[in-house]
Amino acid sequence: VTEWQRLSQRMLLIHPVQEIPRALPALIGIFAAGSNSGNGALWALIGVAVPVGLGMTRWFTTRYRVTADRVEVRQGLFRRRLLAVSRDRLRTVDITAHALHRLLGLTRVTIGTGRSDREGDGSVRLDGLSVATAAALRDELLHRAGALASEQAATGDAAATTELARLDSRWVRYGPFTLSGVVAVGVLAGFAANLASEAHVDPTRSGPLRDVADHLEHAPLALAVAEVLVASMIAVAVASTVGYVLAFWDFRLTRHPGGTLHVTRGLITTRATTIEERRLHGVEISEPLLLRAVGGARCIAIATGLRVGRGAERGGSLLLPPAPAGEARRVGAAIIAADGPLTCTVVAHGQRARRRRYTRAVGGWALLAGALAATSALFGWPAWVWQASVVLLPAALALAADRYSSLGHAVAGGHLVTRTGSIVRRRSVLSSGGIIGWNVERSFFQRRAGLATLTATTAAGHQHYDVQDVALAEALTVAQELLPGPLEPFLERGQHGRR
Amino acid sequence: LTATLRPPRHRVSRRAIVYWTTRALAGWLALAIAQIVWLVADDSHSGLHVLGLVATAVLGAAHVTVMWRYEVHRWEAAPQAVYTRAGWLHQESRIAPISRIQTVDSERGPLEQLFGLANVTVTTASAAGPLEIEGLDRVTAQRLVDDLTTAAQATRGDAT
Repeated sequence: VTEWQRLSQRMLLIHPVQEIPRALPALIGIFAAGSNSGNGALWALIGVAVPVGLGMTRWFTTRYRVTADRVEVRQGLFRRRLLAVSRDRLRTVDITAHALHRLLGLTRVTIGTGRSDREGDGSVRLDGLSVATAAALRDELLHRAGALASEQAATGDAAATTELARLDSRWVRYGPFTLSGVVAVGVLAGFAANLASEAHVDPTRSGPLRDVADHLEHAPLALAVAEVLVASMIAVAVASTVGYVLAFWDFRLTRHPGGTLHVTRGLITTRATTIEERRLHGVEISEPLLLRAVGGARCIAIATGLRVGRGAERGGSLLLPPAPAGEARRVGAAIIAADGPLTCTVVAHGQRARRRRYTRAVGGWALLAGALAATSALFGWPAWVWQASVVLLPAALALAADRYSSLGHAVAGGHLVTRTGSIVRRRSVLSSGGIIGWNVERSFFQRRAGLATLTATTAAGHQHYDVQDVALAEALTVAQELLPGPLEPFLERGQHGRR
Repeated sequence: LTATLRPPRHRVSRRAIVYWTTRALAGWLALAIAQIVWLVADDSHSGLHVLGLVATAVLGAAHVTVMWRYEVHRWEAAPQAVYTRAGWLHQESRIAPISRIQTVDSERGPLEQLFGLANVTVTTASAAGPLEIEGLDRVTAQRLVDDLTTAAQATRGDAT
């Protein structure tokens, strides 16, 4: 059994700095109260000393150790807790370094367990290890020490790893189409507006903004709206591009002989994620509408213990940032070591599935228009409000057409391939080994149309991958091809042929 | 070759019908009593109140007499896999291999104990779709839990 170890001493410099912004509201209050009572300086000193002291106790009270079968972390001064994670439940090791960390040569290590796909994650976080300690810890945890590691050390690390992808600076052109800047611009605008109204300053009264406001007031309405729209689009595009560079600069995806994939990226905050390949059950190519329009795509891992979907970038399952679609497919194929699932054409689901796409789109539109018409009549809104919704009908029809053209499935190279979606089109490739069981769903309307939704349940990624609105016989054929065992006892064969 | 998925072999306990009926009846009665109290307390719109009460009575009677659930709730445990089917309008069949079972729970509410019933839930490593069987009689439920637990223990690994 190894000794208990502390975090890096240099964290004593970082913890207080991290604590002060958190204690800022209280500090301001203390400061205001102190200056009234006369000895403000003393109070301010106390106000700073308390959070700094608390920050430092974090370092004194945190210890960790790695034993033969567990990782244990002891934390807390008043409320002590011991976190223990079994080593064979470890899925990922994530090493993040913020600007302050990098200045001091430190990193934060997050050890992910299988539960991290749900909200209250059971991951272990060690904030503040030196770069070398963190790398050694990662190798010890994921490469299972043993013969392989020593062999690797003998031959030299660089020769054994293979690089699967590296950021090409031309990919930055996809930055504006990721729309990742929408939130940033919105938050900034909201913050600025809030600040201006709090300080009772009208920014349109002075400076360069006055000229802009004057111009907008005197321009025709349509022109003013168009100008504002273009300006905000440019702001979002710039912010998204900056975001792309910050997050994905120096991106590298490598495969290590210990059976892991490494993703490193980041300009100011660097991040290195390690995924065990035996936890990897497939990949997903996702193409948000705008990115698809310019021929871009992302590649995401489908692995147990890794979040996919909205938090994919933060959850560390991203395998390739927005890049040319061909590149995304190449990387995906290299990871699952099979070309077919990513390039094969998918089987369309036929007329009845197409009709359901249109019924839903038009039905949704009719509901909206009806609701608008009813509220207009009730509250005496002008008639153009609900008449304007007619404009949305072509958009609904286009959405239905695109949703149908995206819909498809295939079985290739022992993988289930499904493709769905329009706003975000996803092609999911799930290996048959990652499939746990099958669900077959049939709504009233699906049964009338002879269709079913086949769901492959899995412990990886989204937890379930659906083949939507497929003919029942086809659904069963797919299921049998991939994982016949559990289905076999419950099948009944018709007269057409007995095996 | 046309293969179809046949329904699971076993139905749940017949006592489940009585249990479900009682539960449905209790719910509808509570609603009806609330409506009667309102009718007595406030006599301004008595016509509307009576109409509401009639609607409750008709819907309640329909719900209580037509116990579809017994027809559609089915289950089966084969040596390789567990299979459940539920839902009348929205039918869902779930199949999980025995080797991938992670937990088998049986659970009884106070009213269910009165009727000697139990629910069994089988979960896998996937967060999508645990298999739930409601309204088994207690003996069958216990036997099912024992069988599945024994069978699941026979396989190694963490079943993810």
